[in-house]
Amino acid sequence: MTTETHAPIVPNFDDDETDRKIAFICSKGNLDMAYPALVLANAALGEGIETHLFFTFWGFDMITKSRMHDLKFSPVGNTAMHMPVGDIRIPQALAPLPGMQPMATKMIKDQIAALGVPEVPEFLDQIVASGGHLWACRMSADMNKLVEEDLYEGVEAIINASDFIEMTDGAQLLFI
Amino acid sequence: MPVTTINGREIHVDDEGFLTEYDEWDEDLAKVLAANINVDLTDEHWTAIKFAREDYKSQGETPTIRRMASVGGVDTKKMFQLFPKKPAKKMSYIAGVPKPHGCV
Repeated sequence: MTTETHAPIVPNFDDDETDRKIAFICSKGNLDMAYPALVLANAALGEGIETHLFFTFWGFDMITKSRMHDLKFSPVGNTAMHMPVGDIRIPQALAPLPGMQPMATKMIKDQIAALGVPEVPEFLDQIVASGGHLWACRMSADMNKLVEEDLYEGVEAIINASDFIEMTDGAQLLFI
Repeated sequence: MPVTTINGREIHVDDEGFLTEYDEWDEDLAKVLAANINVDLTDEHWTAIKFAREDYKSQGETPTIRRMASVGGVDTKKMFQLFPKKPAKKMSYIAGVPKPHGCV
C-alpha cells in the first residue's frame, strides 16, 4: 500500500537522549562467553549509549595481554555443541578427548571470522575507538598478581567493587 | 511504503524515513538528508557515503562500522566524529541505503 505524505519523514535519532548508560560485567574467559558482551557493547556504542565493560574473575583473560589472543572454547559440559555437518550432537563422553578443544576452538573462530567479526583484541580496539570504557577488577588483578602493565592498553584503570558500583549509578547492568 | 517529498521530489522511504529506492538518491538529495539530521557534509563525509553506496551496490548490504574501517578505510573514531552517536544509521540515512543488517 502506498501512502502519500508531504511532510518529510525524517528518522528520529534521539540526539537529545543522552542519559542511557549500560554496563557489562564480563566474568568468563572462554572464547564463546567473551563475545556476548563485546557484540552488545559494540551495538550500544553504535546507538550513542555510554558503555562500560568491567572485567572480573575469568573474564580477566579477555584483557590480559598474554592470554587475550588465545582464548579457548571447550565442548565439555556444553550439550549444544554440534558436529560441523549434520545436526548431530557431540557426545559428552567424547568432549574431553585430546584434540577436541583445539578443534572446537578453531571451528568457532572460523565461524566468527566468516561473519567478519573480529577476534577479541581487535574487537576491544573497536570498542575503545567507539568510546567504550574498559575497567579491570581490583580483586582479580590481586588474585592473579597482575598490574596495569600486564593488561590491554585500552583498559582505563584497575578499580575496586565500590568504584564500579558508584560509576554505574543509573546504568543498565548485564552480568555475563 | 510511504512517499515523502524531499527537495521538491517525491521519494520512497520506509516508516522511519530511510530511502528504499537506491536510484532515487543523488548528491543534492544527500545534502538535504544531511541537513535534516544536522550533519554538515565535508569531503570525509563524502568518502564514507560514496563507499557505503558502492559497497551496498556490490555486496547487497550496507557496510557496518567494522567494515567501514577494514574495507572502506574510514576508521571507527572518524565515523563517530563524522556521524555523531549513531554513525551507522546516520551514514546510511544520508547515503540512501538501508541500516546495516549485521550485528558487528
